[in-house]
Amino acid sequence: MSKQFNRRKFLIYSSATIGSSVLLKACANDSPTATDSPSATNTGSDTIKVGILHSLSGTMAISERSVVDAEQLAIKEINSAGGILGKQIQAIVEDGASNWDTFREKATKLIDQDQTSVIFGCWTSASRKNVKPVFESKDHMLWYPVQYEGQECSKNIFYTGAAPNQQIEPSVDWMLKNKGKEFFLVGSDYVFPRTANTIIKAQLEALGGTTVGEDYLPLGNVEVTPIISKIRQALPNGGVIYNTLNGDSNVAFFKQLRGAGLTPEKYPSMSVSIAEEEVKAIGVEYLQGHYAAWNYFQTVDTPANQKFVAAFKQEYGADRVINDPMEAAYIAVYLWKQAVEKAGTTDLAQVRAAAYGQTIDAPEGKVTMTANNHLSKIVRIGQVRQDGLFDIVYATPAPVEPIPWNQFVKETQGFGCDWSDPAKGGKYKQV
Amino acid sequence: MLTGFLEALFNGISIGAVLLIAALGLAIIFGLMGVINMAHGELMMFGAYTTFVVQNACKELGGVWFEFYIFLALIAAFLFTAVVGLILERGVIRYLYGRPLETLLATWGVSLIFQQFVRSVNWLLVIGIFLFCLLFFGGLKILNSRNILGKIRNWVVAVLLLLSLGMTIGTGNLLSNRQVVTQPWFGAQNVDVTAPNWLQEGISLGGVQLPFARLFIIALTIVCVAGIYLFLQRSNWGLRIRAVTQNRSMSACLGIPTQRVDAITFALGSGLAGVAGCAISLLGSVGPNTGQNYIIDTFMVVVVGGVGNLAGTILAALGIGTANFLIGSGTLAFLLSPIQPLADLLNFFATTSMAKVLVFALIIVFLQWKPGGIFPQKGRTVDI
Repeated sequence: MSKQFNRRKFLIYSSATIGSSVLLKACANDSPTATDSPSATNTGSDTIKVGILHSLSGTMAISERSVVDAEQLAIKEINSAGGILGKQIQAIVEDGASNWDTFREKATKLIDQDQTSVIFGCWTSASRKNVKPVFESKDHMLWYPVQYEGQECSKNIFYTGAAPNQQIEPSVDWMLKNKGKEFFLVGSDYVFPRTANTIIKAQLEALGGTTVGEDYLPLGNVEVTPIISKIRQALPNGGVIYNTLNGDSNVAFFKQLRGAGLTPEKYPSMSVSIAEEEVKAIGVEYLQGHYAAWNYFQTVDTPANQKFVAAFKQEYGADRVINDPMEAAYIAVYLWKQAVEKAGTTDLAQVRAAAYGQTIDAPEGKVTMTANNHLSKIVRIGQVRQDGLFDIVYATPAPVEPIPWNQFVKETQGFGCDWSDPAKGGKYKQV
Repeated sequence: MLTGFLEALFNGISIGAVLLIAALGLAIIFGLMGVINMAHGELMMFGAYTTFVVQNACKELGGVWFEFYIFLALIAAFLFTAVVGLILERGVIRYLYGRPLETLLATWGVSLIFQQFVRSVNWLLVIGIFLFCLLFFGGLKILNSRNILGKIRNWVVAVLLLLSLGMTIGTGNLLSNRQVVTQPWFGAQNVDVTAPNWLQEGISLGGVQLPFARLFIIALTIVCVAGIYLFLQRSNWGLRIRAVTQNRSMSACLGIPTQRVDAITFALGSGLAGVAGCAISLLGSVGPNTGQNYIIDTFMVVVVGGVGNLAGTILAALGIGTANFLIGSGTLAFLLSPIQPLADLLNFFATTSMAKVLVFALIIVFLQWKPGGIFPQKGRTVDI
């Protein structure tokens, strides 16, 4: 107890601490490099700088690192094919660290200090909402690759993931037609699930389904017993579980669902945040037979996708899987490239104008950038199969036009977004 | 009605059992040693990762091995986390006894290091740490055994440090272009721990669904509590631990090796965290953040239970678990439906996330009434 912490000891321990921290740093080879420049030798005029802004550390790193991989792959491919306008792309990667304020700081840094021509980034709605004012006040450009809850339409953000009517609404429709009329809604307690469930409830009411219950779990919480008990009470004979849980809670939910005897045959669940990567982490045996709705699955059968999957696996290893946000991030780079080439310059206003109408044969099928800054895309429903990939059980015959303002929710009913017409803008009353 | 009551009872107990097994090690360390161990959650995470490793090994062996790997994993998790706990106690905590705030900060730092460690651990890192320890501490030991250094000692240590660092970094750079050694073992991604088949399902008994994983955890909790009780009450080391807890200096005078007792108590508490980690891998996810999900709940259990009291910890865990279930599942609101305003209020709290709010509020109210928890500690030791 009364041991003296003398100078000698202090020296030993402090040096050991410093030593081991240096060692950790030296050995942590998988830690991200702040700047990854495939063409570092090029001088400024030969390169186009782009920013990549995702969480490389913290709780969101799990998902966002793979997205960075997909974006880097696209940049590498474009560079080796000769670049854009004869210039190589130089990517500047910044770590948002799963902290929404950091996202704002790093966005400002990428715009002001690095003078990037465009930024690809963000995953959570919280991070996007936090950088949105930065992009709007500086009139800069963000390409955002993740499906989201809608109810937003910024001139400065291009959304390459799904709007609610391209994922949530069609999946509710499909479950209603094929799996039952009674829905139980489970979600994490934050903006996306709550907004999504508001939409779903309004939609069910309009289409003749019923919401028999809803429950929210704090992010990261894993005690789902009360929820399962509620589901059994509300749906004694089976019914649809609509799942907007995010992250770790999903693992607990599906593990315990199985133990509670709620099988996918009687209680099919539809998830909007579970893709190939998550299936791998949760365990196929708990998820097999459940459903998920996305625009892209790794099993999509298009020539463009076969090429993409092969290229990705060659670059990052055969055991890697690809999910929807990764594909959306990959095509974002290509869409931006086309817009720059059409504009003939990286000038932001001209690129934005050129982006509208850009279309590409993406791995997920043909996508087109519409004047509301969202993509028209095919919607697919997949069922988890034995190898952890998805069997596509339904796909819309044609790409679905994006509707950012939800038409089931009263407050936004009848509103539209059109940035190609200065008279209309981000939120106008449609006739 | 009876079914509903039984179901509520079972679910309350099963939530409580998870809280209890997670809090048990913490309660022992906090109660007996007065150390607030913020790294407890990360020790649980180590237990969960040990389960993952054992599971993978047993998957290779196949058949019966995989069906019963969980027992092997329990033992391995206990031993591994106990050793980690021992190193933690010898390396950090023993210098901080009697200084709760410093311990809190230090163990919090340790918890962050542990989290990052599982994210980035690979062969290179392990080889590097091993080599450095061998060179530096080995060299130190040799130097210490000869008493010739005298005044230049500090310089020699500094040179030794630089030398061993340089050699380690050099070796690291030599090895670093091989994929095998730089591949992270686990990565930042959550890993998948599959329960054996017989633990995945459940059984329906008189309308109450009993998941086997929950039953297993309840049984495991009972075994752990009984084991701890017997250890503390019936074994020699248990007697010593209790003696040191009550009066450290008197025990030391009577020839009890107090430092060893501290180390053993800490290792025991850490080992229990490992067992808890193994248990929770049956229910939820295994990832670098796993421990964080439990640390707040376990602290609540310890605080409500009262310091240094096993019975208090048990009661608190079961109480909080049952309250969480009754409020979160809406059962309480249903039971109180005759009293309309009260039922409406409870209905507002009848989602899992709101139930936590209400339970937390109730805990605060409870602590106003009984600041020392259910069974407050008596006597002079409180003043430490």
